[in-house]
Amino acid sequence: MTDRPADERVHDFLEVDQGLTPATAVVEAERCIRCKKPTCVGGCPVEIDIPAFLAEVASANFRGAADIIKRDNLFPAICGRVCPQEIQCEGSCILGKKGLPVRIGALERFVADWEKEQGISLPDVAQPTGKRVAVVGSGPSGLAAAAELARAGHKVTIFESLHRPGGVLVYGIPSFRLPKVVVEAEIAQIAIMGVEIRLNHLAGQSVTVDELLSYDAVFLGTGAGLPFFMGIPGENLNGVYSANEFLTRVNLMHADRFPEFDTPVARGSRVVVVGGGNVAMDAARTSRRLGARVTLVYRRREDDLPARWAEIIHAKEEGVEIICCANPVRIHGDPEVTGVECVRMEMCANDVSGRPEPQPIPGSNFTIDADVCIEAIGQGPNPLLIRQMRGVEYGPKGNILVDEEGRTAIPHVFAAGDVATGAATVILAMGGAKTAAKAIDRMLREE
Amino acid sequence: MYRVEKAEKLAAKVFQMWVCAPHVARQARAGQFLIVRIDQQGERIPLTISAVEDDSVRIIFMAIGKTTSHLSELKAGDTILDVAGPLGKPSEIPSNGTCAVIGGGVGIASTPIIARAAKAAGNHVTGIIGARNADLLILEDEMREICDELYITTDDGSRGTHGFVSDVLRTRLEEGPMDCAWIIGPAIMMKVTSQVTLPYGVKTYVSLNPIMVDGTGMCGSCRVVVGGETRFACVDGPEFDAHQVDFDTLMQRQRIYLREEREALDVYHNDRCACRENGLHD
Repeated sequence: MTDRPADERVHDFLEVDQGLTPATAVVEAERCIRCKKPTCVGGCPVEIDIPAFLAEVASANFRGAADIIKRDNLFPAICGRVCPQEIQCEGSCILGKKGLPVRIGALERFVADWEKEQGISLPDVAQPTGKRVAVVGSGPSGLAAAAELARAGHKVTIFESLHRPGGVLVYGIPSFRLPKVVVEAEIAQIAIMGVEIRLNHLAGQSVTVDELLSYDAVFLGTGAGLPFFMGIPGENLNGVYSANEFLTRVNLMHADRFPEFDTPVARGSRVVVVGGGNVAMDAARTSRRLGARVTLVYRRREDDLPARWAEIIHAKEEGVEIICCANPVRIHGDPEVTGVECVRMEMCANDVSGRPEPQPIPGSNFTIDADVCIEAIGQGPNPLLIRQMRGVEYGPKGNILVDEEGRTAIPHVFAAGDVATGAATVILAMGGAKTAAKAIDRMLREE
Repeated sequence: MYRVEKAEKLAAKVFQMWVCAPHVARQARAGQFLIVRIDQQGERIPLTISAVEDDSVRIIFMAIGKTTSHLSELKAGDTILDVAGPLGKPSEIPSNGTCAVIGGGVGIASTPIIARAAKAAGNHVTGIIGARNADLLILEDEMREICDELYITTDDGSRGTHGFVSDVLRTRLEEGPMDCAWIIGPAIMMKVTSQVTLPYGVKTYVSLNPIMVDGTGMCGSCRVVVGGETRFACVDGPEFDAHQVDFDTLMQRQRIYLREEREALDVYHNDRCACRENGLHD
């Protein structure tokens, strides 16, 4: 593998996976057996022509490989790093049935990084159509929609509330998984393609709904940024964070470099992270890098952990202790956190999600000493803008209801990504955004 | 980049600054705030929008921590890297009633824009502003111009009534009915003063100032307890029903980073001293 040793990387925020070299990339790509009906493409939410790009890598034509990938995805350096390939392209690879699948993700990343070093060739942009599209949010879905629409010749303006574009790619995902220079470089491409990004503009506040609706089309990519809290006693003690807050302080505001950077974060000596998804793993591994002893508490079984397999392995390698079948019931402290009281859980009959429902075992309470508790139990769609959009219909979790091409109930207004699906992955957001952008393009051309 | 149009000192450690930020100025309404980040290393801090004129907004702050100290040194023509806003919900202004707008200390900064909006909606507006002493009292002339009547208090009696804004408020409530009151100042002042309006059944708002990061409802740093429920001050507020607010939790959470705030300020002062000694600074 290409990971840096755990005892080294746990002291810094540099990338864990060092990536393939040209020689190892060629060898890996040669493993592809060129199936007649390649199942890997169907496993990719943006349907990259994987066998074609692997063939170019195998013949050491990396530029050609990059061109093929970028026909379907302008953000390969990001996706190569953060996609859950094991359940997508690599999970569908025939070789995986008997042995190891082709490392498609690592190869995508290699090609993207190689192209960045050698000089990026920008995709062709169609003749200007004179149509204006407002894109709200510059996270994965907003970026993907903007790229697709700009490529089709439309004038795209992105409204981003934060001071830096990228959404969850910059505030959420830590740099040891996704270096910020990688994100910057891929965003720079869409700026060169003519996309305007207005930072510090909170849609619904700096820009009104009426102003948005004055565009020829609106794409909502506002994501799922509203952190859920457990609702247990002690949650407002000093030292209790949502994962969003904790990660934003470190990733976006560089609290790890306080006081060189002004934003502080509580540097716990013992941290409890609640949750079992990728965000929980990110919070746990970030806490390790800030020097804490970290325990992650998850209410279901280890096999149920929703995080990417690689994140779980990495977290364990880096010394994160994972306690499964346990759930916090109270946070102790006054006013600083001193401990997290948990109860053991047992798995009962399947719930609506088809998984065994965890139920607390009475009297099984135990307390973990901690001075910081980070809740990573999920996020919902940020209601700020979408609640102001009269006519939009909502799902049970506050997500916007859309058709299979991203249309909302309001004409000319589309949505994709977490705001439509609920919290999911970067690539699903990009895939949905690409589909919606194509529908927007068709609509604008037919008018 | 956002240009500082005007910067001046109002009182000891209290500064006012006009910043050109058209996207904020265009939409700003009474009760809302903005977030500034001075430079690449900067933190994001929330400040109330105190007034709006054309493309510019006014902020007023006390130079008390690192960021506000740095901000206080900016002059007209300097720039601020990021200004985001307007954030939060606007004040709920009734029409044709009787309102009081009460400010304490640097909290007075928030009062003119609300008083002006209340006045514009046909209300009779009583202003009550107070400070520790006459030197720390700000915006007296401006508030006198806006309000139908203005009361001044100082803790030491050096100007206006000797005492607290709560004393004057109580007297005023005895004299006649009041529909609505805003109380803005340090958390402890808001807690104490809002107790005064409770028995009179006056709809009372306080503007809460917890620690924030993004200011858009994304992190939950600013969570406050109102009526037993957790709310985010940045998007659900910053104004809340004063009689429902858990001020003790607010004050507890305002102190989370006291140690780090002191450290940042020390580093800032040391760096500036070193610069002066080396002739790198004016």
